[in-house]
Parts: sequence; C-alpha cells; structure tokens
Amino acid sequence: MTLLLKSREAVLFGAIIALIVVISTRFPAFVAPSNLANAFNDTAPLIILALGQMAVILTRCIDLSVAANLALTGMVVAMLNTAAPWLPAPAIIMIAIGLGAVMGSINGFFVWKMRIPPIVVTLGTMTIFRGVIFLISGGEWINAHEMGENFKAFPRAIVLGLPVMSWIAIAIVALFYLLITRTPVGRAFFAVGGNPDAAVYTGINVGRTQFIAFLLSGMLAGLTGYLWVARYAVAYVDIAAGFELEVVAACVIGGISIAGGIGSVGGAVLGAVFLGVIKNALPVVNISPFWQLAISGSAIIIAVAFNAQTQRSKGRVILKKAEHAT
Amino acid sequence: MSITATNRSIPDRLGSPAQRYLKSWESLLLLVAVFVFLLNSLASPYFLDAWNLSDATFNFTEKAMIAFAMALLIISGEIDLSVASIIALASTAMGAAIQFGAGTPEIVAIGLSVGLICGAFNGALVTGLGLPSIVVTIGTMSLFRGISYIVLGDKAYTGYPASFSFFGQGYVWWVISFELVLFFVLAIIYGVVLHKTNFGRAVFAIGNNPVGAMFSGIRVARVKFILFLSTGLMASVAAICLTSRLGSTRPSIAVGWELEVVTMVVLGGVNILGGSGSIPGVVIAAFVMGLVTFGLGLLNVPGIVMSIVIGMLLIGVIALPRMWQQFAEKRSA
Repeated sequence: MTLLLKSREAVLFGAIIALIVVISTRFPAFVAPSNLANAFNDTAPLIILALGQMAVILTRCIDLSVAANLALTGMVVAMLNTAAPWLPAPAIIMIAIGLGAVMGSINGFFVWKMRIPPIVVTLGTMTIFRGVIFLISGGEWINAHEMGENFKAFPRAIVLGLPVMSWIAIAIVALFYLLITRTPVGRAFFAVGGNPDAAVYTGINVGRTQFIAFLLSGMLAGLTGYLWVARYAVAYVDIAAGFELEVVAACVIGGISIAGGIGSVGGAVLGAVFLGVIKNALPVVNISPFWQLAISGSAIIIAVAFNAQTQRSKGRVILKKAEHAT
Repeated sequence: MSITATNRSIPDRLGSPAQRYLKSWESLLLLVAVFVFLLNSLASPYFLDAWNLSDATFNFTEKAMIAFAMALLIISGEIDLSVASIIALASTAMGAAIQFGAGTPEIVAIGLSVGLICGAFNGALVTGLGLPSIVVTIGTMSLFRGISYIVLGDKAYTGYPASFSFFGQGYVWWVISFELVLFFVLAIIYGVVLHKTNFGRAVFAIGNNPVGAMFSGIRVARVKFILFLSTGLMASVAAICLTSRLGSTRPSIAVGWELEVVTMVVLGGVNILGGSGSIPGVVIAAFVMGLVTFGLGLLNVPGIVMSIVIGMLLIGVIALPRMWQQFAEKRSA
C-alpha cells in the first residue's frame, strides 16, 4: 500500500516537472528561480489550506467553509488593524489563528455533538460566515492605505531569499508531517476514516477526532486569512470566493480519498503545487484566466477517476457488482 | 462519501393515523409557513397584495423545480452540487444560439438538451465509474460554469426574442404566472412518480440499502442515472425560466443556487443521508423559503444577510430535532 502511495506521489511529481519543462521550452523565463519562488509563494495559501482540508477529509468529512473562514478572519484582522494599528504582527497572527479555531470548532461541534453531515454543516457555515463579513464591514472594502505598514510587511519580508509567507507554508508542512505520521492524533485520523466502527473498538472517540480535524482546518484557515489580506493588501466580502473548491481539488489531485482514511502530506502538497503551477502558467502561455475554473474542474474529475482506479484494485473483489452499487 | 448505517429504532407501536399526520414534518412545516405568512403581513403593509405575493413566488419557483428532482436524487443517496452551473451553461448555450439567429423553439430545445447532457455526464461518472457523487459534482460545478466563463468571459448575451420572455414573465391568468403553474405541474408529476410508482419505491429502496435493493432486482445504476438526468433536465428548465425572466445571460448567473436548492430539500424533511422524504414537504419548504426571503426583502434586508438566514435554517432544521431528541432521551433515562 505504501508502495502504491509512493508511486502515486512520484507520478504527480513527474507530472509537475513535465508541466514545468513543457512550459519552459517555449517560455524560458518561467523557470527562472525568482519566478518559481514567486509561483511557490502564490501557492502558499493553497498548500496551507490543503493540509487542513486533508485532515478533515481523512476523517470522512469535508470542510467547504474554509474560504469563508479565511475571508471573515481576514476582514476582522484588517478592521482590527485599522482600529488599533499598534498591535504587532505576532499578536495579529495569534488572533487570526484563534478566530479561525472558533469557526472551525463551530463546524466540529455540529458534526460531533449534533451528528449533522459535514457537508450540510459547512455549506451552512460557509454562507453564514460570508454573511457575517457583510454585517461587520457593511459591504465596505478595506484598502491598502488603511492598513498599517507592519501589518502588510510581515508576510512579504524576505528571509533567506524567500518571503515569510513561503516559510510559514514550509514550516506548516513540516509540522503537519510530524503530526500525521508521528502522533496518536494523526493515527486516529486514518483510523476514523478507514473504519469508524473499528476505531471505536480501539478506543478512539470518532466524533472528537473529527472535531480536532475541523479545529485544525479552521486554525489554518484563520492564519491564511491574515496572510492573504496582508499580502494582497485588500479585504472585502468576496475575497477567496470559491477557493474552497480549489482546496478540495488539491486534496483530490493529491490522492486523498474522499471516502476517508487514505492520503499523505506529500500528496496534498503536490496536489496544491500542481494547481499552483497551472494557475501561474496560464498568463505566461497567454491563456485567458477565465479558463482557470474549467481547468480546476476537469482536474478534480480526472483525479478522482484516477484515484478510484488505483484504489479499486486493492483486494480481491468477491461481489463485484455489489461493491459497485454502494 | 460512504456513510455507515445509522441506528434506526423501530417504535413498539405506531400512533393513530391522525396523530402521525399531526406530528409529521410536513404539518410542522405548514405551521411554520402560516406563521411566517402572518408575521410578514404584520411586519409590512405591502405584503398582502395580490401582485406582490405573485412576485414573491418568483423567489422560489425556479429553485423548487430543481429541488423536486434533487429530492429524489438525495433520497437515493446521491447529491448534485452542479445544478447552478448547469443553469449557467444552459443559459450560455441558449444565448449563443441567439447569436446564430435561433428562434424560441430552438432556444428551448438547446437549453433542455444541454441540461440532459450535463445530467448524463454526472450520471455516467457516478454510476459508470462508481465515483462519489459529491466530488464528481463539485468538479462538474467548476467545469460547467468554467465553460460559461470561457465562452462569455466578462461579456453578456442579451437580445432574447419577445416570445421567449413568456416563460419567465408570462401570466396564465390574472396574477397566476406561467412559472407558478409549471411549479405545481412539476410538483404533481414528481409527487406521483416518487410516492405512487414502482420507480419511486425503487428510489427509496436504493437510498435505504443499495446492496439490498440490487439483490431485490432493482437496477441501481440505471435508476441513479435517470435521477441525474432528471436533475440536469430540471436545472435546464429552471435555466429557461430564469434566463427568460432576466432577459440576459452572464456566466455568474444563479451563483450559489445549489446551496439554496439543497437547503430547500433538507428543510422539506428529506434525509440528507438518503432513504426518506416527501415531495409535499419540499413544496411547503419552497413556500417557507420564498416567504422568508420575500418578507426580509420588503423590510429592506440585503441579499447577503438573507443568505445568513438560509444558512441558519439549513443547520437549524436538522440540529433542532436532534437536540430535542437528545434532550428527550436524557429526560427519560
């Protein structure tokens, strides 16, 4: 099984390299280190969110509210910054993570305690969070000149050749790798997704594990909310609209099974990078950005079809048609 | 997404038919509808006006047409999140047809066939390749709308023929609009199909136990495929009504409708995990949602705030009965 997953990541990695090579044969400027660093920095929010989403999907849930969570946190910290410009960036980050955690735990609460299907909960909270942004901001934009210099500068500061935002993404990838592969919580994510009934018998609290997954996803969305608003220096109701689909797409492309229990940190990161490369390559090869949506959609469908093919051959199927029907 | 079997407890004996009828979700919902109606008529002096009420029906008729088909699909244990994008694609195709000088019958035929093709595409991926419908339709949701964006970009199609405007703006008699009539006709068709035919029974059977349904001789994949087709078709019917009503097509048409349609279905008492639900429930839910949004509109509440209300309704209608149940269990324990 690990061999299969490894080969899957290798396939994806090969596809990304091939994509970059093909683009670079016609547009050599694309592979300039500075451009690749830029592309990675652009993809950082997607990588961070894909990791949170991965934890949620591993436990057989889905979090469609991440983009709305990101936008609401971004708006709150931007308003906070205009009201109290003296707040240092670390304090803002803590507030953003805390706020994201609150929203994540709202999702987790309904899934854990009320046993409402996650898709219903997060579809609901997605619209509620967006609506709340409108309520608190009155539909107004917060523009670059209203934000403090410190607030905007932090994610863009260059450390060792890369912006802080990229370093944060790298740090979170490393932390998540440890969490998923080396801790009981990470193990519990796989157990709950692989077989919830068996997980109960091994003493794992399924609902609580799902709650933790939503909490993590919310915290990362909150953090990304600050990074996003500070980097693009604007906050309004519709920032990152539809981004939740891209996040789910990154996970599906990265080989994380939507049925839960299968996936890896490397896969999620590569899935996000794959979408990031496409997104950054479109303007270079002169394709209208209007193609972006259709391409992500096709990527999701192709990836999920590919996943199903590789996962189906994992054992002897006795009742082929019966398995097909479920 | 596969969902493990929920524990359904079977009561020792059923209450009398009248008692069951009173306790049913539909009668509770009807009560809510009456309450919202009264509240609205107290809150705004403009509410109780035949033409205003007629206008209010446009808030839900198009969404409800999709909701009927979606109800059957959800009862069978699948879901289609791409319906709003099918509207966008069907509307774009109809707008493009006009540029080639198509008349009203051709436009309608093109719209309906785009809906059928989209539905068949979803259905083939789900039943043919055995993929989870939620991921497939999240994918096709971006794909279908993405194609509209590729075709239209930031432009819009206008110039629909005058005869085409009947579908969304026409009145059959006095304040009774064509859309309202179509809404009731479709409600009756879907109600009869779900509750009075073998096909409807098969839908319930599949939702409760797909493997069991297969062993009892139901062609599960075929039934599901037909349900995806019908959802695609209803989305294109809604696209015809909406395009005719607005008189123009933009790629952002009907954004977020999938959420409202699913909310309507769940509010109507359909189990999101499949296996139970009714069309009368969806009809009343459509009225409740239409009245709520119309009432809030009369009170000058902005659209995005209404979406908060819709989101809370969606979670609330599922959470409240469960909270009540948990509370009752604790008390009896």
